[in-house]
Amino acid sequence: MVAHLLRLKLTLLRNGLRRSPWQLVGMAIAGLYALGLVAMLVIALVLLRNAGTGTAHTAVVLGGSAAVLGWGVIPVVASATDMTLDPARFTTFAIPMRQLLAGLALGGLIGIPGLATTLVALATVATWSRGVLPALAALVGACLGVMTCVVLAKVVTTATAGLAASRRFKDISIIAFMVPLVLLGPIVAAVGRGVSASTGFLPDVAGTLSWTPLGAPWALGGDVAAGRPAAAAVKLLVSVAVLAGLAWCWKLLLERALVTPPYTGAGKRKGGRLGLLGVLPPTPAGAVMARSLTYWLRDPRYSGSLVVIPLLPVIMLFQGAQTGHYGGVAFLAPVSAFILAWSISADVSYDNTAFALHVATGVRGVADRLGRSLACLAFALPVVLVFAVGAAALTRDWAALPGQLGLSLGILFSGLGLSSVVSARYTVTVPRPGDSPFKKPPGNVGQTLAVQFVGMLVLLVLVLPEAALLVAQAVTGSALFGWINLAVGLLLGLVLFAAGVRLGGKWLDARGPELLAQVSVNR
Amino acid sequence: MTAPLPDQASNSGPIPALSIRGLAKRFGGKIAVDGISLEVPAGSFFGIVGPNGAGKTTTLSMATGLLRPDFGTVVVHGVDVWQHPLEAKRLMGILPDGVRLFDRLTGEQLITYAGLLRGMDKAVVAARVADLLAAMDLAQDAGTLVVDYSAGMTKKIALASAMIHAPRLLVLDEPFEAVDPVSAANIRSILDRYVASGGTVIVSSHVMDLVQRMCDHVAVVARGRVLAAGTVDEVRAGASLEDRFVQLVGGHSHTEGLEWLRTF
Repeated sequence: MVAHLLRLKLTLLRNGLRRSPWQLVGMAIAGLYALGLVAMLVIALVLLRNAGTGTAHTAVVLGGSAAVLGWGVIPVVASATDMTLDPARFTTFAIPMRQLLAGLALGGLIGIPGLATTLVALATVATWSRGVLPALAALVGACLGVMTCVVLAKVVTTATAGLAASRRFKDISIIAFMVPLVLLGPIVAAVGRGVSASTGFLPDVAGTLSWTPLGAPWALGGDVAAGRPAAAAVKLLVSVAVLAGLAWCWKLLLERALVTPPYTGAGKRKGGRLGLLGVLPPTPAGAVMARSLTYWLRDPRYSGSLVVIPLLPVIMLFQGAQTGHYGGVAFLAPVSAFILAWSISADVSYDNTAFALHVATGVRGVADRLGRSLACLAFALPVVLVFAVGAAALTRDWAALPGQLGLSLGILFSGLGLSSVVSARYTVTVPRPGDSPFKKPPGNVGQTLAVQFVGMLVLLVLVLPEAALLVAQAVTGSALFGWINLAVGLLLGLVLFAAGVRLGGKWLDARGPELLAQVSVNR
Repeated sequence: MTAPLPDQASNSGPIPALSIRGLAKRFGGKIAVDGISLEVPAGSFFGIVGPNGAGKTTTLSMATGLLRPDFGTVVVHGVDVWQHPLEAKRLMGILPDGVRLFDRLTGEQLITYAGLLRGMDKAVVAARVADLLAAMDLAQDAGTLVVDYSAGMTKKIALASAMIHAPRLLVLDEPFEAVDPVSAANIRSILDRYVASGGTVIVSSHVMDLVQRMCDHVAVVARGRVLAAGTVDEVRAGASLEDRFVQLVGGHSHTEGLEWLRTF
């Protein structure tokens, strides 16, 4: 039975790859990346064989503990659980629990994360091959450690399965996950500095961790090598007990999950609150604007990118604090203008086949384009203004403000016009409605890249006048260029915006059904 | 809609609600619809039946302006759908099958959105939304996001969105799929009254019983062609619609297989 489950997992993996060559490419890239990482870690572990016992012990215990922690935390927050062997699918097959558990646990090892963890764990045997006993202890520890990782992940995912199935939890966890991801640079820098400032405490941390479930299995080899057989024996007991306890928890949770499928329904709620649809003008364009704004707030694919915006100044300020140079904040307003304006260039692709409603109702293309652009503008304009003024206030360079505003507003309006044209004609591959923003389905990668690249190039050309004026001001130091820039940015931007909305609207009127057919491919 | 439209010149009889001529569509190497012609008389309750993959959804998508046909014309109440799409779409209410909805809106918001997109007056929309929610038995869930609706509720909210502008022709692709019997009966009585007052309904389905009871006209479609069309009595020719359908489409196998299923 265990062999059957493993073969099923392999078959599913192979058939998944067969569905599209792009999936194979993605798997190959992920595999190469993992291979590089694994090779690096394995080499490091092999080299540690010649290091002092204490250093090697600290490194192995810390790394192992991090791995266990990662296996416990990442599946939940990333909502990227591997559900190919979802236990719920075996409910109708009456498989004995013991065999189901063994099969699912071993099945968890098949796949890139499982294989990578196993390989690296086995490399610790090389680290402790300073004698037969230490190597043997390391081998036992590695096996225990890897199984702890897998079973812990299973316990956590089974326990949160009901939670994870609820849409609200999914939405919030995705957005919460965006924050540390965006701030990764500063976080790594801060932690790195903290660690390098006081390396002395690391052995103490490792020593403590080695007595906890996280580090115990990884400490076996080191303790035996250092001549602490008693400590090793206790830690072996701890590891085995933890693994058994986790397996028992998993069994209980699974037994419960198999007879109580997750309940996804939400409570009933009466109507009467139209939200933005009741506030904005009751015209087709107003309705589209209200709908788009509602999506910016409610759909994690949109709000995920919205979370990035307030974090941009945090990153810039952090960089400024490190280097003592705050010149970078000058890029804040133009960059966020660009990100926000370009974000609606895939709007119809994000609608997916829900766009059929626009085609079926025969809403005018211009109203569609205008509504979507105004929705973006409703928050993009204040953001850009605040960022530009804030940057000027921080650097006390008020003379640069008009030019800054000219460039930023030029980018914002020209970009919205361009996005209106692009999304009326070209579709790109985006996460499907209801999916995580990190999950891009396989699709026309070539067209996606071409649209993005050519679109940005065109935008660069469109804002060339504003950019040239900004350079002119910087070179001559004349404030006049700044004021000209403000006027040009506003006027040229508004003209391009109007032209883009009209052209995009015309194309949409002519090719609405074709666009619907294009988005239907990715459903 | 005041300009006289030329598409009705040659037709001397009453203008049909929907007239399809020589419609064809090919997807890659597969011909989905292979020259379908249909007349749907005004004021009729018209059923389109056919096996899976017969081309029902493709035909209805082309008839409603959602999918451009390779060949053929579609005329709704004298208005050519592909020459004058905006005028034609004003006459039609469409429930497409297999498309998503803007499901991060609440049910109430979604119907309102459909009405406002059609440029309707705000007060009229508000009154009709309340009526439709009550008629579909969704008033208690009006404030719930559509993404949290069950399959049947989703179908009903889409149906309501198709009706808000009081169209003269309703084109409904699989309207009763996953809808509970009570709601289905309610929807049927709404549709019956709509037809009695002069509206036209086209439904596609593969539930023969339902079509036989509900519709007065029917067309049997298979492999992208019309096999039979006319009033329900004409088409079924004395037999039950289901028997006639199986006879027309073929493929019913009188095998003696699966004996072991009775051995326990």
